[in-house]
Amino acid sequence: MTAESAPARRRTGPGLVSRVGIVVVGIGFVFPFLWMFATSLKPSLEVLSSGGSLLGSRVEWSNYSAVWTATPFARILLNSFLVAAGGALLAVTVSLLSAYAFARLRFRYRDRLFLVFLGTLVLPQEILVIPLYIMASRAEMVNTYAALILPFAFGAFGAFMLRQFLLTLPRDYEEAARIDGAGQLRILLHVIAPLLRAPLAIVGAFLFIEYWNSFLWPLIIIYDQEMATLPLGLQMFSGERGTDWGPLMAAATLAVIPSLLIVVAMQKQLAHGVNLGGFGGR
Amino acid sequence: MSAATTAPADRRATTSRRRPRSEGGLALRYLAPGMTGFVVFIVVPLLASLTISFFDWPLFGVGDFLGLENYREMLTDDPVFWRVLGNTVLFTVAFTALNLVLATALAVWLQRLGSWAPFFRILFFVPVVVPMVANALVWRLMLDDGGVVNSALGLVGIDGPSWLGEPALAMVSLVAMSIWQGIGYNIVVLSAGLNNISPIVLEAATVDGAIGWTRFARIVFPLLSPAIFFCTIMTVIGAFKVFTQPYMLTGGGPGDATNTLVLYLYNQGFSFHDLGYASALAWVLFVFVMLVTALQFAGQKRWVSYDS
Repeated sequence: MTAESAPARRRTGPGLVSRVGIVVVGIGFVFPFLWMFATSLKPSLEVLSSGGSLLGSRVEWSNYSAVWTATPFARILLNSFLVAAGGALLAVTVSLLSAYAFARLRFRYRDRLFLVFLGTLVLPQEILVIPLYIMASRAEMVNTYAALILPFAFGAFGAFMLRQFLLTLPRDYEEAARIDGAGQLRILLHVIAPLLRAPLAIVGAFLFIEYWNSFLWPLIIIYDQEMATLPLGLQMFSGERGTDWGPLMAAATLAVIPSLLIVVAMQKQLAHGVNLGGFGGR
Repeated sequence: MSAATTAPADRRATTSRRRPRSEGGLALRYLAPGMTGFVVFIVVPLLASLTISFFDWPLFGVGDFLGLENYREMLTDDPVFWRVLGNTVLFTVAFTALNLVLATALAVWLQRLGSWAPFFRILFFVPVVVPMVANALVWRLMLDDGGVVNSALGLVGIDGPSWLGEPALAMVSLVAMSIWQGIGYNIVVLSAGLNNISPIVLEAATVDGAIGWTRFARIVFPLLSPAIFFCTIMTVIGAFKVFTQPYMLTGGGPGDATNTLVLYLYNQGFSFHDLGYASALAWVLFVFVMLVTALQFAGQKRWVSYDS
């Protein structure tokens, strides 16, 4: 790290050491997934006796059929998608309406109301699970999609992010539409929403992931494997199989695949970083 | 929504000169879904949780009013609570500090790799999207006494320890697994922050002789500080509510070595059916998180610079 070498290295682009280094880090980083997949193809007896070897004595595809027959895996996958997509869609819609009111409309107590609402951004929803459980059981909504979706669709995250983006958006387009005689709702749907496409996609993606990975709440509110989401289905399966690692890792691998598809779908956003705005410029 | 379409066509032009007209009625309609849900699913449960914490409340039915008894028991009679609180604070400090240092270092490193950067940002994000249960299961397998980690250590002549069986190592494992799982989120957010730094500023700094560590400390860090602050707030909150990792990786053990507040809350509520005590734990967590977050906001003036 001498003063002379640094600028020279910069001009020739990243050095070889830097590139080899990141490849090594990257391989180390994905190793758990490699190990998961390798184990899913090993005979169960060899899992803990094969040492560091990636391959067992034979390829045991039956681990996968064990998952498929022991769990309603397709149904679990469908549950996860329905809950995550439904929850994200609901939350984004509600958030857009709130964000528009907070960013564009004038009314009394607007800023104070927004601050109270914003305060719940840092509220861990884990602390609400006890009363939510009591509410759900009184309303006889235990073990339903509604119970999985509704309690977490009204957080401040989406409205806060969308309001931040709205505040940076010039009002000219809305003014033009208004002069053309468009009403508020039409302006919101046909002028603002298209302009906010990128932030709507990002907020939607993050809400989707939150539902997709949610575990504590499904663990509390769902008791039926037919209604389980992916994390819960996996936990139920691991409860049944104990340390039968072959089928367990097959189930885990099956859970990774749809998640990889989500990452692929988000790659354009992820590639250059996701600007979540931070707390500045309020 | 016909009422919404009757808004005056040239509001901006008139309001800039006259008294601002309130759009309360309209706002009410836009805010109705969000605020109804906010009250029903956040405000009411929050207050209900406080109420329940004053009761002996079983899983079914309603129990007796206890006043502050749950809190008295927690603070003076329950050594597990203090253990769990200590574990949670330890986990939060270790997880947040390491996560942010590593995420910042990796984000800066990736930034300098040019065309290779997008691929690795996506790669580091993968565990964020994979269900935590799957991640925890494979780590449990790898860290097993006869697992691949100890096999690898054996190759270089080290007799591997019991990663999940010894209290201190179990906590180390929990932190390591959680960082691997969550670091991609911060890398992606910090990368956006780095991309927002103008190359002209960096070029000017280089011309002025600021390179290497000096350049990072004097130029990059201040410009990145709002993004780092945002990540710190979110990471601390995420750490305080850690549940899935100890639940799946160690079950809170050995003993209570990796038991955390939310795991303890879950067990009190749904294994021991004591919803009152679980709610008291929830409120302690709530007050704790709010205090720590408020302190961070108060302290941000010292190191976060918003002018750019």
